[in-house]
Amino acid sequence: MDAIDTVSANAVAKGGPDMLVRGALQFITFTIGAEEFGVDIMVVREIKGWTDTTTIPNAPAHVRGVVNLRGVIVPIFDLRARFGMGMTEPTRMHVVIIVSVEERTIGMLVDTVSDIISVAPAAIRPVPEMGLSIESNLLEGLATLDDRMVTLVSLDGLFGTPRDLIIPEDAAAPEVLQPT
Amino acid sequence: MASTDQFKNTYFEECGELIEALYAHLGDFAEGRSDSDTMHAVFRAVHSIKGGGGAFGFERLVQYAHAFETLLDILRSQGLAPSAETTALFVVSTDILADLVDAARGDRDLPAGFEDETAALLEKTAALFDRRGRNLPEPKEAGEPIAQERDYDIVFMPHPDLFKRANEPLLILRELKRLGEARIEADLGSLPDLSEIEPEQAYVGWHIALRTSVPLAVIDEIFDFVRDECELSIVDRSPPIAAHEETVAQLPAATIAVGSEGAKSEASPSRSIRVDVEKVDRVVNLVGELVINQAMLTQLSGSLPPDLCPGLVNGLETLSQHLRELQESVMAMRAQPVKSVFSRMPRLVRELAGQLGKEARLVVTGEATEIDKTVIEQLADPLTHLLRNALDHGIETPEEREAAGKSRQGTIHLSAGHRSGRIVIEISDDGRGINRAKVLAKAEARGLIAPCASLSDEEIDGLIFLPGFSTAENVSSISGRGVGMDVVKRNMQALGGRITVDSQFGAGSRFILSLPLTLAVLDGMVVAVGAETYIVPLTQIRESLRPVEGDIHPVIGQGDLLAIRGEYVPLLYLHRHFGVADAVTDPCRGTVVIVESEGEGRIGLAVDELLGQQQVVVKSLETNYGPVEGISGATILGNGRVALILDIGGLRKAAAPGRPAPAVLAGAGAPTSLQ
Amino acid sequence: MQKRVMAVDDSKTMREMVVFALTEAGFLVESAEDGQKALSVLNTIQVDLVITDLNMPVMDGISLIRNLRADPKHRAVPILMLTTESDAEKKAEGRAAGATGWLVKPFNPEKLVELANRVCV
Repeated sequence: MDAIDTVSANAVAKGGPDMLVRGALQFITFTIGAEEFGVDIMVVREIKGWTDTTTIPNAPAHVRGVVNLRGVIVPIFDLRARFGMGMTEPTRMHVVIIVSVEERTIGMLVDTVSDIISVAPAAIRPVPEMGLSIESNLLEGLATLDDRMVTLVSLDGLFGTPRDLIIPEDAAAPEVLQPT
Repeated sequence: MASTDQFKNTYFEECGELIEALYAHLGDFAEGRSDSDTMHAVFRAVHSIKGGGGAFGFERLVQYAHAFETLLDILRSQGLAPSAETTALFVVSTDILADLVDAARGDRDLPAGFEDETAALLEKTAALFDRRGRNLPEPKEAGEPIAQERDYDIVFMPHPDLFKRANEPLLILRELKRLGEARIEADLGSLPDLSEIEPEQAYVGWHIALRTSVPLAVIDEIFDFVRDECELSIVDRSPPIAAHEETVAQLPAATIAVGSEGAKSEASPSRSIRVDVEKVDRVVNLVGELVINQAMLTQLSGSLPPDLCPGLVNGLETLSQHLRELQESVMAMRAQPVKSVFSRMPRLVRELAGQLGKEARLVVTGEATEIDKTVIEQLADPLTHLLRNALDHGIETPEEREAAGKSRQGTIHLSAGHRSGRIVIEISDDGRGINRAKVLAKAEARGLIAPCASLSDEEIDGLIFLPGFSTAENVSSISGRGVGMDVVKRNMQALGGRITVDSQFGAGSRFILSLPLTLAVLDGMVVAVGAETYIVPLTQIRESLRPVEGDIHPVIGQGDLLAIRGEYVPLLYLHRHFGVADAVTDPCRGTVVIVESEGEGRIGLAVDELLGQQQVVVKSLETNYGPVEGISGATILGNGRVALILDIGGLRKAAAPGRPAPAVLAGAGAPTSLQ
Repeated sequence: MQKRVMAVDDSKTMREMVVFALTEAGFLVESAEDGQKALSVLNTIQVDLVITDLNMPVMDGISLIRNLRADPKHRAVPILMLTTESDAEKKAEGRAAGATGWLVKPFNPEKLVELANRVCV
């Protein structure tokens, strides 16, 4: 079993929160290509290095497969692919962020993890309806710090369970299991 | 009384057991299997539920239980067993009691008057049987609201036999002293000579002058236990309020012989202990980890030169055997008879049939079949929905049935059993069956199938499980949620199980639920397909072989068939089915594993090679990812990598002719539909 | 020295509550689910107080009281019955059999402790 690689632990440690603002939200920031993203720190369980996954048959391209995380089977999703920015070619230097979504544990494959930032809720701008290359429902908002713009991702939007497919009774269609 | 809240869980657990026992006893009455103790047991059960309910302040429950208990008490004290009608009343009364308990447990309120009709019936019946008049509760003393101190003269003269009940005057005097200022004088007037003293008789009395601010009732209460064994007077000497004299109160004299309840021999003394589920789960997990460890050790030892340490291999073999036994024992701990979830079903059927104006009876078999506890709890919802479906859509009205030449009363069979390494639960009815023409029409109308698609009977039946097919059912008063057949199917899949239906139009339908026997560990054959490894459950493997070219017969529209000893078995190419690159594509250069799932017919899985047998710990793929067609779970191999476990039943369906290859799922982080 | 109590009731909930209330008050509490089991235990140890329900399987409260009073070892042990309000007959029977006192269910834990102290030397 591969040891857990906390590749960017150093980066995280030296970063530290920018400024502790009352009521501020904290995010772990990570990069995909040249863009910087952030995810709510409260849902992050651990950060590990990339390890080979076991492929899930006939799964969408962004589902890289599953790994064994201390006895639990955890799926790994390629966030770059999910955002439609191409497929990642992962190496040992790539990072997987393990998060909790609803009651599931899943992993997100990203390039690097950079920082922990503290953002006042007021400083988060809503996601514009159009203009971004990423579907708006996958994102929580945009945060600006100094000279950077961090795109905050929405885990619910990315991995939450869609509403149940219950179609209301169609008055026109007959109830088929009744006799003629 | 916040401290009692911690016992609520125990109470509700106990209520569950008591109610189950109640139904069992009432069943005994109905079948004529009861004995003299049954009535007492029924009484005690209701009595206990009432008692605990009172401690937590569940007023409605207590009041209702009291009416129930009173009738039971009257009957048992007269040595009577209930008639058929009374037993039926008791069954309904237990239904209501169970509802009240449930409401209390969920902290909600049942509609006003919910239990009134039955309670009234119970009371009326009690009045009929009760020839001795009702027991009146003892009148309570109203305390005198005096706040200031008053002086009391208390004369306490015990009768000689006061000690018989282990009462101790010293303790009474001590308590009096605690109420205020007391001056106590002993009255030795009745004390005989030393030589005549009986050590167990009381001779000494006391005069107590007590100054206290507590009301007279409180003083009086201290003497509660000795009231009929002494002369007692408490006189208020303080002016100006009128003196109040209290004299010896009388207990009701009636003592009725209730019948000897002497020591009875218990049929089978309880030889079980209660263990927290978490403790058992921890053991199960540890055993699972042990199995993985052992597999790893075996694999490592396999790479050593055979002569290096011969004892090691033997040792590991023995270890493996012991672990297998340990694992079986541990899984058996968690297994419980399905009875606990089946027992609610007769009532459900009774009520639903009544509501829907149908006549139906439920025949239950195989309740002793044991299933893992966690699975049992999750069965309740699917079973409830299937029964509801059988009553709603399956069983016809009595008139329709008569017109069709059937008996007015429909029959629903609920059974559980073990079959080829799995648990199989069947719900079958003798109702109308599935109207395939209508199912097709509805599926087309909903855009679930292409118009003019040609489907086999089996496939049409399977349409009812598609999400989007079921309509939002009325919220059931039993499950409290809308449920559709697709949710039932998903529930089953989450448990690693499967649901299929078998129906004959006009004759009835049969739903078959199949579940893995043990959730945690299974014996598997590891197979390689390209760079991937999969696990095939050993219990489902019939044989494996390398076919020769002449045995493979391509059939248009049905794929390749493999001829084996005169039979034709459909071939499923796993590399194609799972989209694996770099695999052996010619089955004659690889291996074909012939598998079968519970009498559904065999298929041949074309793989690259067999890598060996291994006991694997089943881990859920569903928990964090979701259901995957053809895969029932995952496991961790000795090398730490994840391998997927094949779902033979699911694959068999895929090998069925006419079925297209599974489409790639679009978007979302988890598959929500298999379309 | 700690006083020892035997609590007898077929309801697990009741047993737990009695044990808890009395243990908190400094008593050492044994429990049993019917009279028969209680007697077996009482054959091996001495207690300062017995608290018993009346309706139990195998051996009910009244029989237990009778048995205890008939045994020289336990003749003088205080016995409290757990009764229900409407149970006047049972209570009288219990008294006739030799019960020291009673406590009405549902009981207040403080009251239980008070009565236990009242009858227990």
